[in-house]
Amino acid sequence: MADIITLGEAISRHVNDGDCVALEGFTHLIPTAASHELIRQGKKDLHLVRMTPDLVYDLLIGAGCARKLTFSWGGNPGVGSLHRLRDAVEKKWPNALEIDEHSHADLANSYVAGASGLPFALLRAYAGSDLPKVNPNIKFIDCPFTGEKLAATPAVRPDVTVIHAQKADRKGNVLLWGILGVQKEAALAAKRCIVTVEEIVDDLKAPMNACVLPSWALTAVCHVPGGAHPSYAHGYYERDNRFYQAWDPIARDRETFTAWIDTYIRGTADFAEFQAKIAEAK
Amino acid sequence: MSDYSTNEMMTVAAARRLKNGAVCFVGIGLPSKAANLARLTSSPDVVLIYESGPIGAKPSVLPLSIGDGELAETADTVVPTGEIFRYWLQGGRIDVGFLGAAQVDKFGNINTTVIGDYHNPKVRLPGAGGAPEIAGSAKEVLIILKQSHRTFVDKLAFVTSVGFGEGGDHRQQLGLPGKGPVGIITDLCIMEPEAGSNEFVVTSLHPGVTREQVIENTGWAIRFADNLAVTEAPNDTELEALRALEARTAAAHGQAGGDE
Repeated sequence: MADIITLGEAISRHVNDGDCVALEGFTHLIPTAASHELIRQGKKDLHLVRMTPDLVYDLLIGAGCARKLTFSWGGNPGVGSLHRLRDAVEKKWPNALEIDEHSHADLANSYVAGASGLPFALLRAYAGSDLPKVNPNIKFIDCPFTGEKLAATPAVRPDVTVIHAQKADRKGNVLLWGILGVQKEAALAAKRCIVTVEEIVDDLKAPMNACVLPSWALTAVCHVPGGAHPSYAHGYYERDNRFYQAWDPIARDRETFTAWIDTYIRGTADFAEFQAKIAEAK
Repeated sequence: MSDYSTNEMMTVAAARRLKNGAVCFVGIGLPSKAANLARLTSSPDVVLIYESGPIGAKPSVLPLSIGDGELAETADTVVPTGEIFRYWLQGGRIDVGFLGAAQVDKFGNINTTVIGDYHNPKVRLPGAGGAPEIAGSAKEVLIILKQSHRTFVDKLAFVTSVGFGEGGDHRQQLGLPGKGPVGIITDLCIMEPEAGSNEFVVTSLHPGVTREQVIENTGWAIRFADNLAVTEAPNDTELEALRALEARTAAAHGQAGGDE
């Protein structure tokens, strides 16, 4: 059964330095509050996994929390580059970042393999692409039935996955809807799973085929309203496009970036205080 | 005829290539703009699929990111990312993959990964996303990007997504199910693969564009088809639909949107 605890407690109890950590959410329901908490607690040497590193990992990479990144597309969606990711890859600041680069189809399948208890994912992919030349984790095998050459990549099995969702009930069963990305697969592939939610309710009122993650498949559920901002939570709030644009000049410069996280993340006790401080600054 | 920009010409020319009823796997940015223009003009029944999971999306404003709420709300259904790539793309259900690029070469191969050495890059680009498998498995592929010496290069720093590989029948030798890129649409012209060599040659110049301009903005010795055409200028219906779409997008997002 999942414990219903604060995000601070969940991160401190379930994320260790050196862990493989996946924060997932495909544009929608991105667990931003959890990335802040990882920075606040000074987690180190993390192997981060995420299809689209996005702002959540720009923060963690720039804050020096990461040693390795497994990903398939690294940009600020709708805006441009992730400057902290680029700085780490191009100039090794604040430290060198090992990269393990895939395509979306591959990484989605690697989560499916992880959730399925299989050692690797199998897909028709990468023929003619240079990615297998630079990533030894992409290999090719022959189909035992047709002889077709297919790509194989290792299952993704994070120590911890963190996702954000709309609702949990008081037992810790979680309901999410809208664009689901690979959240369910990432949650079920992980050894431990933390879910932050917009709301905790008596009854989920889940439609029959809805995406419900049962309490017994999760480790901790945390009530963090607004915890996906600047991404969005369908039915609760919209994507804050202006924040994604505003991030570009903040992240472009090392000093500006460091001052920003010192003020707004390291300088706040939790996500609620962060939100108050950001609102004040507007 | 109204005045129009070279970007508008590019978007309109790309939109016209999308047949009504086609099932199109849409990249964000310029492809999304052109695909939605097609849906709002000549091809109302085009089915737009985005890699974030919406199938049959009908957004009234352009998404800024691949997974905007507007896409989910207007779609026939929304499925998880794993399913989009496995059942719908790899399953062979996509007619057209519509892709952008940072760089393209004369065989329609695409780079969106890196400029310079991979391990010691000059410019680290966003990476592959869904493109390698879209380029491989869609029945055909359309590529849209602005043309310059920097984007149309003789040799890609990195092949992220394959077009015709090294040309000729190299793509078939690789065993890819789709037939590959059928058109590159730019702000200057339309290029199509030449039968046999599969090298892209200019088949249509946009109105007012000269051969010299195309040559100057291409990093390889570009050739022109014998029966070189002139692209039909955007008509008023196309321009009105495109401008209205961009205005709605700007009003909704505070930016014109779509250019990744």
